[in-house]
Amino acid sequence: MNEVVRLRPPRNRVERRAVTYWLTNELATVAVPTVILAVLALLIGPARPWLLLSMGIVLVVGLPYAVGVPFWRYRVHRWEVTEDAVYTRSGWLWQEWRIAPMSRIQTVDTARGPLEQLFRLSSVTVTTASAAGPLKIQGLDHELAADLVERLTETTQAHRGDAT
Amino acid sequence: MTPPVPPARPHPRGTGRNPATGTSQTGARPPDATTRDESGESEQWQRLNRNTVWASTITAAGFAAGVAVPFVTGFVRGGSPAGPVLLISLGGVVLLTGLAAFADWMRWRHTRYRVTDERVELRYAWVLHTLRSIPRDRVRTVDLVANPLLRMFGLTKVKIGTGQQVTGQQSHLTLDPVVRARAEELRRLLLDRAPAAGSTEEPDTGPALATLDWSWIRYAPVSVTTPILGTAAFGAVMQVSDWIGVQNSVIQWVGDLFANTSIVVLVLALVVIGVLIGLLGSLGLFVEMWWRYRLTRENGTLLVRRGLLTTRSLSLEQRRLRGVDVVEALGTRLVGAARVDVVATGLKVRSDKDNTDPKTLMPAAPVALARRVAADVLQADPLAGVEIRPHPRAARTRRITWALYAAFGIAAVLAVLGLLLTTVLLHLAWIAALVLTPVAIALALDDYRNLGHGLSGDYLVTRYGTGSRHTVALVRGGIIGWTVRRSPFQRRAGLVTIAATTAANTGQYLVRDVGEQEGLRLAEEAVPGLLTPFLEPVGRRATAS
Repeated sequence: MNEVVRLRPPRNRVERRAVTYWLTNELATVAVPTVILAVLALLIGPARPWLLLSMGIVLVVGLPYAVGVPFWRYRVHRWEVTEDAVYTRSGWLWQEWRIAPMSRIQTVDTARGPLEQLFRLSSVTVTTASAAGPLKIQGLDHELAADLVERLTETTQAHRGDAT
Repeated sequence: MTPPVPPARPHPRGTGRNPATGTSQTGARPPDATTRDESGESEQWQRLNRNTVWASTITAAGFAAGVAVPFVTGFVRGGSPAGPVLLISLGGVVLLTGLAAFADWMRWRHTRYRVTDERVELRYAWVLHTLRSIPRDRVRTVDLVANPLLRMFGLTKVKIGTGQQVTGQQSHLTLDPVVRARAEELRRLLLDRAPAAGSTEEPDTGPALATLDWSWIRYAPVSVTTPILGTAAFGAVMQVSDWIGVQNSVIQWVGDLFANTSIVVLVLALVVIGVLIGLLGSLGLFVEMWWRYRLTRENGTLLVRRGLLTTRSLSLEQRRLRGVDVVEALGTRLVGAARVDVVATGLKVRSDKDNTDPKTLMPAAPVALARRVAADVLQADPLAGVEIRPHPRAARTRRITWALYAAFGIAAVLAVLGLLLTTVLLHLAWIAALVLTPVAIALALDDYRNLGHGLSGDYLVTRYGTGSRHTVALVRGGIIGWTVRRSPFQRRAGLVTIAATTAANTGQYLVRDVGEQEGLRLAEEAVPGLLTPFLEPVGRRATAS
């Protein structure tokens, strides 16, 4: 009882491809304002220094974030499904461990954005009756995700009651 | 996916009904006994009460008149001829009232409801056909709300809900309105899960868990409503005088009134007036809201009845109960009072239009009494003798740090602005730093003192809050998962925030800034087996708690 314990990491990492997906996503997020500011700087002479300064700030803050965070996230994001529960870890600086028992799972869904489809990735959303939001497992291979959803749906259907 | 819409023609019995049914007790029912099944319930489509049209007409007329008066006053004072303005306004009032009456008549005419053995259904069939259908075994709440006008006609609204969190189409329906006796009957019928064992009406009306004690009214003035109402009163005066175009004369008049006194006296006088209005308002609100308050338990359903003008009768199935929250709100806490909120599944976080949350089971009352009622509600007393354990000192350090950042942040902004703009702000900056710092630190210390957690029988107890203090007892069986969060700062301090997720209320209850070991143990113990497989021992190096 008195031994020191901690939450162990969930067993499975997400797909390696998820890093590329996140990278693409984040870089696109940085690229859009950068390009807009660059174009404006080209067109509007008088405001050029300010626009370039803004662009510089976006790049200095955004680029390291866009390049660094996906790798960091890959190290943190993990998931595990046991007989009794779904267990996830997510975040990067701020981390979050979540556990939902099978008996309390209400619905299981997959979602695939256009970019995720390009990388053949899916995210799985596990909803419970709590209004505090569902568990999400991002960056799974889409076939694996489909299997997982099927398995979870089967398991949760075996449990009776309204899961509240 | 549209549900099959039943034949749209009105039920033959519906058209031939006596128009005076509104006053008879069972007016909404067809008199024909052959249409009833053995549970005493008719499967026929029934109409809402016709008098709703009168009620809406009066409401609309009152509203229109209320708009017209400032309109007329404004124009007449502005020099327009009184006759035409009056005529136009009158026409507008009549038109508006007529439209509202017609709209409600159409609604009444094309709306039917029925209660079958399996379902409660409400359908509207004109141009747009809708059918709301709720399985009876999903019905979790049957709430009766009657405003003064409806009460005049002996009517009440009935809200039938499934207690689903999602605000879906099929999660609730409102019968607006039916005769009061019919409403009570519907509630008994829909909430009584026991298969009608004979129709001997014998509701298990135990003694009231709580009834209004008029001495509680002393806690009304110390609630937040006092300053809010006080300030709102001035705003209302300004707004209304603006509508009727006399705002300047009002200001002038007040100015003249205090022409010979100093500004300090003027401000003091206004504050005193504001406080007085706030006091009267909060007392009035208390009376209107909690008049004839009575908390009872009938057949496993908690019932709150209350209200002077608008009567409310709110139901809550005992099996939806997940715990209680004893709330010592900022003002009431100082005088040793607390209100009791319920932690239950399927409560809307905010109810529309009602001034209080539906989750409040009991107004502010002496803490000991509030706790007793909480225990009676739960039929267990987790708050008695629970050992509420404080959190590590690191949690206090965090709070003081936040407090200092906040206070200095405000001061710094003022100082920077002062350097750039005017020296007045520089003075404001040091005053802010001087005043805000102790206040912020006091709040931080209070926040830390209130932090605590414990296990008590079947309940997880967590206490938190700065100013207002919440003591939540959450039944362990109602915990449907855990979320453990850790920020980089918490990691350094060895703290985590643990959230017990639940289907009730806002979805989670937090144990903030608890020591990592203690928090994990708490979670492991609260719901045996759930967390255990995901824990691993760490080498001896870490500090044992």
